[in-house]
Amino acid sequence: MKIKILGTGCARCKALFRLTTKALGELKIDARVEKVEDIRKIMEYAVMRTPALVINEKVVISGQIPKIADLKKLLTNNL
Amino acid sequence: MNSIKNKIVAVILLIPIWIIIYTNLQEISDFIVFKLFKMTDETHLTKSIRFFCYEVPKVLLLLTLIIFIVGIIRTYFSPEKTRKALEGKSLFTGNVMASLLGIVTPFCSCSAIPLFLGFVEAGIPLGVTFSFLIAAPMINEVAVVLLIGLFGWKVAVIYVITGLTIAILAGFILEKLNLNKYVADWVFKTQAKQGLEKEESMTINQRISAGGVVVKEIVGKIWIYILLGIAVGAGAHGFVPDEYLAGALGSQNWYSVPLAILTGIPLYSNAAGIIPIVSVLIEKGVSLGTALAFMMSVIALSLPEIIILKKVLKWQLIGIFVLVVATGIAIVGLIFNYIVFT
Repeated sequence: MKIKILGTGCARCKALFRLTTKALGELKIDARVEKVEDIRKIMEYAVMRTPALVINEKVVISGQIPKIADLKKLLTNNL
Repeated sequence: MNSIKNKIVAVILLIPIWIIIYTNLQEISDFIVFKLFKMTDETHLTKSIRFFCYEVPKVLLLLTLIIFIVGIIRTYFSPEKTRKALEGKSLFTGNVMASLLGIVTPFCSCSAIPLFLGFVEAGIPLGVTFSFLIAAPMINEVAVVLLIGLFGWKVAVIYVITGLTIAILAGFILEKLNLNKYVADWVFKTQAKQGLEKEESMTINQRISAGGVVVKEIVGKIWIYILLGIAVGAGAHGFVPDEYLAGALGSQNWYSVPLAILTGIPLYSNAAGIIPIVSVLIEKGVSLGTALAFMMSVIALSLPEIIILKKVLKWQLIGIFVLVVATGIAIVGLIFNYIVFT
């Protein structure tokens, strides 16, 4: 599974990155989390709010940091 | 089902408690100052501490309530919906709508670029997009709460109306200047893929939770600025003589407004820190127009935001943008100094 965090490097983007790695660790899922900081690449996903979470090229979250339980649900549902 | 009821009941119970505390705040703070701290006479120090003990809880109470309400309202809006509403609108209508939607659409300056690009790529005119980008940070709930709390309703309404007018007119003028050539070339070439899937609709319960989350997030971030701002204000309140600043920054000096705007641009403060200080400036003789101009400049024209926008806009456009907005603010300041209060 391919996971990307879209964000231009703001504090909330880093927070989402940390939360995602943590959730993956707790779920024992071995997936690569990639940070996408180039605005042109971010725009290819048509998000208007950062940070955004992309699982297998699908945008699942935009502009918010979910609770870890919700994040885990999203991760397992999109496996 | 149960938790839905619980949240609504909790909100209904908290509101009367809020009202009781808010309406008795002067008594409560006087009790603390005179009975607990045993301060008796009206010395400078007592004055300062009374001011602090009254203003801090008042502003925090107002903030919590209004951010909560606005947080719930905002769950009904999103940049995607706003973009949809603005698509295909004629110029002036588009500017008016963009400015109004700027107030209620959730917006964080860290998302300014994706939002800007999202609008422009959808074919929304540059000027309409700018109306949104001016109104969204300038007219925010924190600024409005602080203005209500420290200056009263009238000034808050004046601020919102003049802020909207600036956003609408500045966006309109920027569009008329035909500045598309100063947007970074790649912007119009980007072809976006499919974005976020359809948004799920929320239950009342989720909207209330969302309001609570926003309160925690914003109040958690800005309380320290409010405390510091009011502390500085309280110090000045007790110790700086009234009318002290009237000479240099009173309404009689035409240059006080441009000076205030220039000072405001490099200062990057959220409204939370700056407004308590401005309220004391006014008390010490700075005229309202000058103070309004200073506040708007600090909040709407900030150096960090300009640097962020530099990624997608050429400097000519940023220059014109700053100039148009600064002129708008200056006109507001001068009108208040000369016409309204003479």
